[in-house]
Amino acid sequence: MTRQDRPGPGDTPGGTGAGGAAEPAGRPRAQVVRDALGVGVAVGLSGFAFGVTAAGSGVSALQACLLSLLVFTGASQFALVGALAAGGNPFTAAAGAFFLGTRNAFYGLRLSQLLALPRAVRPLAAHWVIDETAAVALAQPDRRSARLGFTVTGLTLYVLWNLTTLLGVLGAEAIGDTAAWGLDAAGPAVFLALLAPMLRTGTERAVAVLAVVLGLGLLPVLPAGLPVLVAALAAPAILWLKGRRK
Amino acid sequence: MNVWLAIALTAAGCYAVKLAGLLVPAGALERPLVRRLAGLLPVALLAALTAQQTFGAGQQVVLDARAAGLAAAGIALLLRAPFLLVVGAAVAVTAGVRALGG
Repeated sequence: MTRQDRPGPGDTPGGTGAGGAAEPAGRPRAQVVRDALGVGVAVGLSGFAFGVTAAGSGVSALQACLLSLLVFTGASQFALVGALAAGGNPFTAAAGAFFLGTRNAFYGLRLSQLLALPRAVRPLAAHWVIDETAAVALAQPDRRSARLGFTVTGLTLYVLWNLTTLLGVLGAEAIGDTAAWGLDAAGPAVFLALLAPMLRTGTERAVAVLAVVLGLGLLPVLPAGLPVLVAALAAPAILWLKGRRK
Repeated sequence: MNVWLAIALTAAGCYAVKLAGLLVPAGALERPLVRRLAGLLPVALLAALTAQQTFGAGQQVVLDARAAGLAAAGIALLLRAPFLLVVGAAVAVTAGVRALGG
């Protein structure tokens, strides 16, 4: 996927961001702002897909909007409403969403060194630590540009993602039966679009295949929500198998 | 009520991991095995979620119009279509197959 195609806040692990090649220190502010706005607008608009999916999952407009306001990391939001729609209990549903969000901690590690934020600002800035803000900030050649890129991307994305979530929910509610319009296929399509660029090597593909087998195979056997969590064990299992083969 | 509980847990958990990254000393999470696992965990979750939301109906595994929609999304991805077009293809094909009685 190119950077125009980002599916949602926090959804492009490994993306190198908008800045492209590093430029000499003291990058023009306008250039940083333009990059940040490009990413923020493109991804922010896809909150619409989340709003539609949330409404189709039986989540209320208020709940969908609160998710975008308070969770603000796309894959986790999609996972949560999907799990709730499938009848998962709140703990297993939240656990799946949580595990998808753990990668943001690794972006935070990088960003805390790069941005060198004052302690008082960190709790606020933390909410915007997602794939896209990390990608834009990490692509900047100096701290001042990185801070500007992080702030502009975060603000644009946050405002648009929340506005389009609301529009998506209201639109879906106006339509009524979202399944008749095929809108229940939006969720899995989003996941597939997020997954595809991650399948770079054989290891990733093996993990994906094992996770699919576990996720579907255990569906009739385990209570709703649990199969996904068991499928997550495909990651350590494949790593362990690889380690043994060496 | 359950939905609210799930939302509260997810919001708190997702915020906590974001904040943890900014607050913990560098190096704490930088062990190669931890990094590798953190990279593979989303792969496993997304693959399982994609499969379940395409082929799952309650506790059963079924083949219906969503599979055709997902195939369309896959083709769109191979053609490097933009994200919204990928989702649009899945939605349109699923709706089309349903309209035809699939």
